[in-house]
Amino acid sequence: MTIANQVAAPPHVEEHAAPRAPFIAEHFEGAEHQFESGKLGMWIFLVTEILFFSGMFCAYAVYRSQHPEIFSYASQFLDSTMGGINTVVLICSSLTAAWSVRCAQLGQRKGLILTLALTILGAFGFLGIKYVEYSHKFHDGLLPGKYYHVQSEAVADVGLDASIPAATEGESHEAAPEPAHDSGHAPVEGPEPANVKIFFGIYFAMTGVHGLHVIIGIGVYVWLLVRAIKGHFRPDYYGPVDFTALYWHLVDLIWIFLFPLLYLIH
Amino acid sequence: MSTTHTQTAVATAAEPDYLSCSKGWKSWLLTLDHKRIGVMYLIAISASFFLGGLFALALRLELFHPGKDFVDGDGYNQLFTLHGAVMVFLFIIPGIPAALGNFVLPLMLGAKDVAFPRMNLASFWLWLFGAIFFVFVLASGGLDTGWTFYTPYSVEAQTAVIFAATGAFILGFSSIFTGINFIVTIHKMRPAGMTWFRMPLFLWGMYATAIIQVLATPVLGITLLLLIFERVTGAGIFDPHNGGDPILFQHFFWFYSHPAVYIMILPAMAIVSELVSVFSRKPIFGYKMIAYSSVAIALLGFLVWGHHMFTSGQSKLAGAIFSALTFSVSIPSAIKVFNWLATLYKGSISLATPMLYALAFIFLFLIGGLTGLFLGTLSTDVHLHDTYFIVAHFHYVMVGGTLFAFLGGLHYWWPKMFGRMYSARGSAIACLVSFVGFNVAFFPMFPLGAKGMPRRYWYYLEEDFISYHQLATVGTVLLGCGLLGIVVVLLKSLKNGERAPANPWGAATMEWEAASPPIHHNFHHTPAVHDPYDFGDLRFDPAQGGYARTSNATATATH
Repeated sequence: MTIANQVAAPPHVEEHAAPRAPFIAEHFEGAEHQFESGKLGMWIFLVTEILFFSGMFCAYAVYRSQHPEIFSYASQFLDSTMGGINTVVLICSSLTAAWSVRCAQLGQRKGLILTLALTILGAFGFLGIKYVEYSHKFHDGLLPGKYYHVQSEAVADVGLDASIPAATEGESHEAAPEPAHDSGHAPVEGPEPANVKIFFGIYFAMTGVHGLHVIIGIGVYVWLLVRAIKGHFRPDYYGPVDFTALYWHLVDLIWIFLFPLLYLIH
Repeated sequence: MSTTHTQTAVATAAEPDYLSCSKGWKSWLLTLDHKRIGVMYLIAISASFFLGGLFALALRLELFHPGKDFVDGDGYNQLFTLHGAVMVFLFIIPGIPAALGNFVLPLMLGAKDVAFPRMNLASFWLWLFGAIFFVFVLASGGLDTGWTFYTPYSVEAQTAVIFAATGAFILGFSSIFTGINFIVTIHKMRPAGMTWFRMPLFLWGMYATAIIQVLATPVLGITLLLLIFERVTGAGIFDPHNGGDPILFQHFFWFYSHPAVYIMILPAMAIVSELVSVFSRKPIFGYKMIAYSSVAIALLGFLVWGHHMFTSGQSKLAGAIFSALTFSVSIPSAIKVFNWLATLYKGSISLATPMLYALAFIFLFLIGGLTGLFLGTLSTDVHLHDTYFIVAHFHYVMVGGTLFAFLGGLHYWWPKMFGRMYSARGSAIACLVSFVGFNVAFFPMFPLGAKGMPRRYWYYLEEDFISYHQLATVGTVLLGCGLLGIVVVLLKSLKNGERAPANPWGAATMEWEAASPPIHHNFHHTPAVHDPYDFGDLRFDPAQGGYARTSNATATATH
């Protein structure tokens, strides 16, 4: 009789267990098991993210080692002040993200809502500054591939010799003089090296994909904010806040590499 | 005792299995149950395999005569590209892990589900979404770049490269999701008592596969994204006309796609490790070495991608290093083969259909593996590169290896998945026909390639090559008949097959302690952990028509 009950009716077995906290899936043993599984999953996902970006970092390394003149020339068109401000903005939002985890752990709902909102604000700030930078690049024709048509005033703005019109550059790039490879550290003055558009291809690919990650991060943080307002998070259930913060730190970290590699070449 | 039996029966009947516990298409498409997701994947990848198979059949029929039969050069380029892309991205990469692995992995752990059931469903949806892009490709001008998307051709081709690359990009995410899920599930959902070295070897294989899925696939993702970027803007990263480097594309592509061949073969080896032991009724020989060799293959697989590029213009030194590293992969592969053979030795071998597939696998993988050594050797590869020798080699590994192991696993777990036994005779005949057909189709390609027939050509010199080509085409038709026979036998079993017992093969892993088919939550109560390869206490029980644990019976009696 008892055997039949045990075999037939699993709910009876589980009745003896403590009632489950909300949001704990039934295939986990409990809150801790779910949290640890989620955290491991997030770390593995971050590994895939690093490998995803590594393709572009690899392309960057190959082209920079083969054509340092392109990088030192084209990098002058990037606004390192704006990039620097953006770095600070993103690091601050990483701080508030870490803070939000602390608030969730301690069950401070108001603090959690505030820090999540500040993180979103920081992300929007980053995107806003990025938008200003991108629109300058669009205006100056500093675009990848076939859309590259640098305006002479942009060249003059960064203090370079604008006498060579960029329009003819594309056609005669095979005849363009090959700059010496050891000129990588000094600002390149004089004529534009061949294939500067490759730099802007890499610049837009890397910052674009990074920006996409910021946008995705905003989406996730808005979802967290809604759940925080609803009071879903408590000291025994704060996994999503923790995992998203990990993601956000990685997005921050990638920018910390992108900024010097693209903006601070001199 | 008799009352207990009837009550158990009544109670079991009251708990419906996973197939009938809920109805309607929504209960399938929105399910979080790993078993249903596995079944949906099985249907989806089988449909893709059928499509890819039709392309293959068309290719072989066209090659029956030199010159145009029904497609010209352009049509032929489309056929081999679509055959390759559909087979690789839609069938063989997701194949074993997503269909069979999804079904079996939590059961083998005695768990209720994978760690992230929603992500598992998302993986299937992403697969469907990616497949839709491939359908778009078919509808909008096809694809003729080869499945490898080599630049600069993929930048210049007038076909639907962007659709195809987007589809493959999305399918990559699907694969990553499966990989993350399996790693976390194996780390965190193992029952108490199942240490790493008490896991069934199938789980070791899935774990090694998942490592590759997680580490390699993102690189393909960014490569395809950059390729799309290159096509849209002419950014000059891969296209030499804009100052880019096409060899860089090949490095990126093969950094994923070489490990990806281990995504294809490791799950196959994992299945064979189970089958060989169960049907020899003997503990697997060298358990730890098989487990370690799976991980070794996964890791070494990341260091050998350059052997696809011996003739591409990479440096001679790089070629020599990649060649040497390539040979290192043969060590763990050979360890596995020797261990399977040692398991067979003095085993009490039963030639049930899954075992036939396992033996076919060992035979075909041996040929595929050994011919790989010719290609890993720098000097012989220069001669054999891009010939039919390569086509034969990788089909022996991908079809002879992965497909045959997949079919072996399918026949092995079919009773568990659908609760029905198939015709032993019919399935054995279909297996045999497929085996013969496969060899007739692909063995002639070894001499054909060695004599100089290049791959991907729609035209050939009649006097030199026609007999090989015609033999291969006949073999392909035979293989197709065999595969069709398998489908008929399996579908027939669903209709009027005998009801399967819980443990028809006498296997010792945990999935056989669940009912056939399992209930929604897999187990009524978490089963005890046993040695996965100790068959000592499994006895045939004529009342059930299957095997039962003698030790379990005593344990229940003393309860």
